[in-house]
Amino acid sequence: MKHLNIERRRPKIGVFDFTGCEGCELQLANKEDSLGAFLSAIEVVSFREVSSDNGSDYTVALIDGAISRPDEVERLKEIRQRAQLLVAMGSCACFGGVNRLKNAYDLDEANREVYGDCPKQTMPTMSVKEVVPVDLEIPGCPVCKDEVERVVQHLVWDLPLPTYAYPLCLQCKQRYTVCRFEFGELCLGPITRAGCNAPCPAGGLGCWGCRGPAEAPNYDEFFALTAERGFDRQTVRERMGFFGGFDHVLAELENQQEAIHDDHA
Amino acid sequence: MTITLKVDVHHLARVEGHGNIKVRVVDGELTEARWDVVETPRFFEVMLKGKHYTAAGILTARICGICSIGHCLASVRATEFAFGVEIPEAAAKLRLLAKHGETLQSHVLHLFFLAAPDFLGLHSAIPLKDIKPDVFALAARLKKLANDICDVVAGRTTHPVSIQVGGMARMPDKHTLLDLKSRLERAVDDLRVTADLFRTFEIPEFERETEFVSLKGERGYPFIGGRVFSSDGVEHAEADYLAMTNEYVTENNTSKWCKLSRESFAVGALARVNNNYHRLHPKARAVAVLFDLAPVCYNPFMNNIAQLVECVHVVHESMRLIDELVEMPNVETMVPVTPRAGRGVGAVEVPRGILYHDYEYDASGRIVKANCIIPTTQNNANIHYDLNAMVRQMAGNTGMTDERMELLCSMLVRSYDPCISCSVH
Repeated sequence: MKHLNIERRRPKIGVFDFTGCEGCELQLANKEDSLGAFLSAIEVVSFREVSSDNGSDYTVALIDGAISRPDEVERLKEIRQRAQLLVAMGSCACFGGVNRLKNAYDLDEANREVYGDCPKQTMPTMSVKEVVPVDLEIPGCPVCKDEVERVVQHLVWDLPLPTYAYPLCLQCKQRYTVCRFEFGELCLGPITRAGCNAPCPAGGLGCWGCRGPAEAPNYDEFFALTAERGFDRQTVRERMGFFGGFDHVLAELENQQEAIHDDHA
Repeated sequence: MTITLKVDVHHLARVEGHGNIKVRVVDGELTEARWDVVETPRFFEVMLKGKHYTAAGILTARICGICSIGHCLASVRATEFAFGVEIPEAAAKLRLLAKHGETLQSHVLHLFFLAAPDFLGLHSAIPLKDIKPDVFALAARLKKLANDICDVVAGRTTHPVSIQVGGMARMPDKHTLLDLKSRLERAVDDLRVTADLFRTFEIPEFERETEFVSLKGERGYPFIGGRVFSSDGVEHAEADYLAMTNEYVTENNTSKWCKLSRESFAVGALARVNNNYHRLHPKARAVAVLFDLAPVCYNPFMNNIAQLVECVHVVHESMRLIDELVEMPNVETMVPVTPRAGRGVGAVEVPRGILYHDYEYDASGRIVKANCIIPTTQNNANIHYDLNAMVRQMAGNTGMTDERMELLCSMLVRSYDPCISCSVH
C-alpha cells in the first residue's frame, strides 16, 4: 500500500512455530486496537497459522515454541541462516517453557505410557538458544504483544527498545495490586523480570515466574522471605522450575547445597 | 479420459498445529487420501504426574493457546470432583461467561482469519485490512470484545489466572460487566453483518453420514459438564468418557484416533448444533434457519456456519449472565479446598468439541495419574475418512485439477477448525 505515492519500507517478518501451544503467535493477532497499524507496519512473508503464503525472504524471524525433535532442529537452523534477526518469542522459545518439565521423566517410559507399542520420535526439550544463536528474547507465557509491538516500532521508526531489569513487584505497586503474600500466597514477583504489567497478581494468582529472572535478583533475601511466610524450600523450587527461566539458578543452588554438605562431611 | 490427481500439503496453513494432506488418484483410482498429524508430542499426561493440584490448571492451560480457558475449566472441574468440592453459584456463572468469551474469540478468529480467506479467494485475512476495511474492523471489534470478556472474567484470555480450584479468584467490577454488556449489544448487529457476508460464500456440497458426539443439554445448550451422548444414540455419564472415546494409537500420526459406533465420529460446533439444536437461543436458531442448517447436517463444511450460529448464541447468553451477575455483587466466588485421595473427570465443550480431563490424586493433593482426551483427537479419524470420501466423490468432477483438489481438501480440514497441538499434547 502506498502512502503519498511512496511504497513504505516495512521489515519482512516470518513467524515460525515449533513445540508449544502457539499462544504466543496468537498474541500477534490480538491487541485489536492497534492490529491494523501493526500489520501495516510490517510485511508478513511467512506465518503458517494465518496465511497460506510461504515466502522465504524474511529478514526478521519470530520463533514461537521450544525444540523437541530432530526435524525441528533442522528447520530452525534453516531459518537462522535466512534471517538477519532471530527473536525468541515466549517462554518456550526463550527457556523451553513448560515443555521442559518433560525432561525430568524417563522419555522412553513416557513414550511407552502414552503410545504403547508405537512410540513417537522425541528428545529432551531445548530452548531456541541451545540450538542456534538468538538475537533478542521476549519472555512470557504468553508473550505480551506490547513487547512485540515495541520491537517492530524499534525496527521501523528507531523507537528505543526497553528492557526491564527490575522485578515484577514494581509493576504490582504501580497498579495498586495488593501483594499476594498478604493473602498467604506464594509469589515469584520479587525475583521475576517485570514487563508484563503483572496480570496474574491482579487476577488473583501469585506470579509463577514465566518471564525468568530480573537482573541480579536477591535470591538469599527471597528465600528468607518465603521461609518466613511459611513456604518450604521444595514448594518454592517447584514453582521456580515451572517455566524453565530459573533452571540455571536452581542448578547453581543445588551445587551450592552439595558444596555445603561436602564441607560439613 | 483417465483422471490423475496429486495433492501434497506439508504443514497445512491456517490451522493450529502441523498436519499433512496427501492425495493420489491414479488412472481414476483413489490410491491414497490421508490426513496425518505430525505435530511434536509434549507428553502433558506424563508431566502432570506428581504435580500439586494448584499447578494442574496452570499447566494444562498451556496445552493450547486458543482454548486455554477450556482446558483450565476441565482441569479444575476434574480436581473438584476428585476432592468433593462444590463451587459457589457465582463462580459457576463466571466460569460459563468466561467459556462464552472463549467460544466467541475462537470462532471469530477461525471464521474471519482462518476460514474466510478461502471463500474470498485470498491467502490470508491480512489484505482485508485494505480491500474490505469495514469487514476487517468488524472482525477486530468482535475479537476484541471476546478477548476483553476473557480478560475481565478469567484474568487473561490466553492462559487464564482467575480460574482456580474452588471457584473463581474474584468477582469483576459491576460497571466493567455492564460496559461489556453494551458492547455485546453492538455485537448482535456485527454478527448480523457477518451472517450476510457468509451468505455470499459458496459452501462446497459434500456429505458423509457421521456420528456426532457432544454434551447433552438438560436445561440449556451445554458447555460445562453433564452427560455425554451421540447422534447414534450412545449415552454415558461424564465420568465414563472412556466408553465414548475409545482412543487408539496409529502409525502415521502423533495424535491418537477415536471411534464409537462407526469407524470414526465428529465433535465440535456442528456436533453440538446437531445434537442440541432445540436448546439454542431463538436468535441463534434463526441464523441456522437462514443457512438451512438443521439436524442432522452431515456436511463438514457447515461446521463454519455452526460456529457462526454459536457466536450468536453465546452473545445473547453472555448478556443474560451479566444481568444475573450484577444482581449478586457481594457474594463468595471461592470456597476453601482440602485435597484428598480420589479421582475426578471434567468434561467441557471447548470451541472445537468436547474435552475431557481425568485426574487421580493421592492424599497429599498430588496427581498420580492423568488422562486428557482432546476434541481434535476425536476428530482426526473423521477428517481422514471424510477426505477419502470427498476425493472419491469429487475426483471425477469436470475441470478438477490438482490445485482445485488441494484447495477443497485444505478447506475440508479447515472446516473442522482443528487444534492440532492440542490433539497431540
